[in-house]
Amino acid sequence: MSANATFNIFRGDRLGGELKEYEVPVAPGMVVLDALHYIQGHAAPDLAVRWNCKAGKCGSCSAEVNGKPRLTCKTRLDDLPLAEAVTVQPMKSFPVIKDLVTDVSWNYRVNRKIPPFHAPESVEWKMDQRDVDRVQEFRKCIECFLCQNVCHVLRDHSKQEQFGGPRFFVRVAGLEMHPLDDVSRTHLLKDELGIGYCNITKCCTEVCPEDIHITDNAIIPLKERVIDDYYDPVRWFLRKLKGKNNGA
Amino acid sequence: MNEKFETHEHDVLIIGAGGAGLRAAIEALGHGASVAVVCKSLLGKAHTVMAEGGIAAAMANVDAADDWRTHFRDTMRGGKFLNNWRMAQIHAQEAPDRVRELEQWGALFDRTSSGDILQRAFGGHTYKRLCHVGDRTGLEMIRTLQDRGVHLGIDVYMECAVTRLLKDGDRIAGAFAYWRETGRFVVFKAKSVVMATGGIGKAWRITSNSWEYTGDGMALAYEAGAELIDMEFVQFHPTGMVWPPGVQGILVTEAVRGEGGILRNKEGERFMERYDSEKMELSTRDVVARAIYTEVREGRGTEHGGAYLDISHKPAEYVKRKLPSMYHQFRELADVDITQGPMEVGPTCHYMMGGIRVDAETAQATVSGLFAAGEAAAGLHGANRLGGNSLSDLLVFGKRAGAAAAEHAKRSTPVNIEAADVEKAAREMLEPFERAAGDSPYQIHRELEELMQNYVGIFRNEEDLQKGLAALDQLQQRAAGVKVEGSRLFNPGWHLARDLKSMLTVAEAVALSARERKESRGAHSRIDYPKYDETWAKQNNVIVRDGDRMRLKQTPIDEMAPDLRKIVDV
Ligand SMILES: Cc1cc2nc3c(=O)[nH]c(=O)nc-3n(C[C@H](O)[C@H](O)[C@H](O)COP(=O)(O)OP(=O)(O)OC[C@H]3O[C@@H](n4cnc5c(N)ncnc54)[C@H](O)[C@@H]3O)c2cc1C
Ligand code: SF4
Ligand code: SF4
Ligand code: FES
Repeated sequence: MSANATFNIFRGDRLGGELKEYEVPVAPGMVVLDALHYIQGHAAPDLAVRWNCKAGKCGSCSAEVNGKPRLTCKTRLDDLPLAEAVTVQPMKSFPVIKDLVTDVSWNYRVNRKIPPFHAPESVEWKMDQRDVDRVQEFRKCIECFLCQNVCHVLRDHSKQEQFGGPRFFVRVAGLEMHPLDDVSRTHLLKDELGIGYCNITKCCTEVCPEDIHITDNAIIPLKERVIDDYYDPVRWFLRKLKGKNNGA
Repeated sequence: MNEKFETHEHDVLIIGAGGAGLRAAIEALGHGASVAVVCKSLLGKAHTVMAEGGIAAAMANVDAADDWRTHFRDTMRGGKFLNNWRMAQIHAQEAPDRVRELEQWGALFDRTSSGDILQRAFGGHTYKRLCHVGDRTGLEMIRTLQDRGVHLGIDVYMECAVTRLLKDGDRIAGAFAYWRETGRFVVFKAKSVVMATGGIGKAWRITSNSWEYTGDGMALAYEAGAELIDMEFVQFHPTGMVWPPGVQGILVTEAVRGEGGILRNKEGERFMERYDSEKMELSTRDVVARAIYTEVREGRGTEHGGAYLDISHKPAEYVKRKLPSMYHQFRELADVDITQGPMEVGPTCHYMMGGIRVDAETAQATVSGLFAAGEAAAGLHGANRLGGNSLSDLLVFGKRAGAAAAEHAKRSTPVNIEAADVEKAAREMLEPFERAAGDSPYQIHRELEELMQNYVGIFRNEEDLQKGLAALDQLQQRAAGVKVEGSRLFNPGWHLARDLKSMLTVAEAVALSARERKESRGAHSRIDYPKYDETWAKQNNVIVRDGDRMRLKQTPIDEMAPDLRKIVDV
């Protein structure tokens, strides 16, 4: 392995910025976040970076490495062509605050629109592991917002006002498919989260570091629900009833 | 009051948005208080999100014989009887209800065949007691609390860092903070403040903790006059990753051993037989950490200076289902397939048993209007925490702190904040920009990590602790003169300059308490005093501020209530 790697890192803020070059000594098993920390500690103490767990569990360290949306704590240098400089830039779909830190507050506002879990009164709190297994996939989401970053509805068409984005379809799926939940979120999906804008390009699924099958397992079934419930509200009622019985 | 700064007024200010802070916020809101939560990171990124193994509660879903008494006894034994026994009792009694409540708010736990919450074995717990969701229990917990809190209407100020508590005479009046995004200052006025800021692991080089763990809550409370207790008890988790270098310290959950993982040295020997032949790998963390450390020191360590931890005798599908994040973590970061071969592991600084001294019933600190819960508070865990007892601690005492803080606010007259105090807090933050020369905060931090790792680590002795204290003194002086570059916009170097002050204060409290306790107990091992000592069995070390100096005193442990004594004496 070569002794040094070159990094071109975006330095700037809302007003603009440019790529700046840094040299970093390479150690075995090193990840991009290690390199960013090295730069902070030795060359650019004010380099703005988010991170917490350094183990792919918190979803803080998202950025675009050589143009690809990644968790920097899980992007190994030995998987990158180090003969060329490694470019690290902030997620493009969110406004830059500074350097690699972006303003993701929009996501938190979308989340507020989603009605929380609610179970029927006097339910017995029993569930089958198989029913639980079906939803766990959606609940693995670490809110890295990489899927939001790549979705063209947000990235290219800026439909932030009309569209909730893949992260929140995953969230709704995690609630809707909870074995004991009795809330309907189909109107929300259609009218407020604009699920109709999604044309199933699967870009979100490709970048998800948690390997959640966002499109196949969350979005498509939710789209089907929206259609069903729109034309046949009785079905919604039956489905929820069935869910409840499954759990008991 | 000072008109110059953005000011927010609430009944209850909660500092920290981990499990403890969020649970406190939900409760305070339920008591009719207006509640603000501030946190250094984005909402949902606190340490609680990283918790893996599970939450301990005597639900008796798997082992019917379990009850709160056994949980209480295990906790006291694990803590070597230094625990605040009333806290241990409340914790054991209330944890099951807190878990059920979490489930009713939407958390989805793994299930037993009869449909109840599944529980797994963990070190020091007599029965299968840890409710879990694979190995991402903390994520499920924090999302559940966060969504409930937000929908109930708590105001969350994220990426906002508190740098000082403000007082009105002897009582708490609020806090001074800055927005990380803009560097602008902000004042929070509140009758009650709950510290839920977590631990101090970032003062050690090898740690499972994030950049947030700089002991802020403990240091701020100390500066405001509150007592700290049990500061010598720092938990080194036996199993952190050791290779490659960049991942050193990252946690390998105890659930690996809970699910049947076996520890071996390089000779292939199952060495726990020599340290605890009864509980083996599921002995308490202090014992397992020392065992691995000793194996390595005596030349039986692995290639990269650790021990082997092996779960590959279990079916690959089972390992992937029960330990999915461990499977990915090793595959992606260390090129190891844990279903096929062993992991290399070694001790890593993980958890702070010590912290802000609180009242067992109300979580109130020794300053009026100040409360503390979660890792920032102390008492429940004594000399050593059992795995899984932190997540339950957050819920049980977070709830109590939130209720007590709201009630305190109701009873209190309005508070006043002195403009001069606010000015002083602002000046302290701006000084590092104005210095012409000085060390980089990163340099001081590296030296601190090295110092704590070498002199205030797993095994301690008088000479090292003396050296450590002298070096800390020097670092404190240099830290007071650090220079910061760049602007106030999201500036991690500037932030670290302030965090250093907290870390150094807490590090000094740890080293002082460790030097004083001339015995070995739980996580505190003195090579020069390897045995238990009767005198030290009956007292806690307490740190308190005395003018500009740190003072150490001892307070006796209350006699345990007779009915509880009967439980532990079995
Ligand atoms: C990798 C890992 C795995 C773990 N697994 C388990 C487990 O399986 N079971 C278990 O019981 N325990 C486990 N623990 C321990 C447990 O997760 C922590 O002790 C617990 O989550 C701490 O919660 P808390 O609410 O006290 O603090 P945290 O969740 O750490 O939250 C602290 C909050 O305080 C904020 N804060 C700190 N300082 C300031 C400041 N100056 N201004 C503003 N905000 C501030 C932070 O931003 C954060 O929001 C684990 C720990 C780690 C590191
Ligand atoms: S599949 Fe839908 S949500 Fe996902 S990226 Fe494509 S358009 Fe966006
Ligand atoms: S769904 Fe996947 S990509 Fe999207 S925020 Fe969650 S973890 Fe990240
Ligand atoms: S730092 Fe937590 S996911 Fe990268």
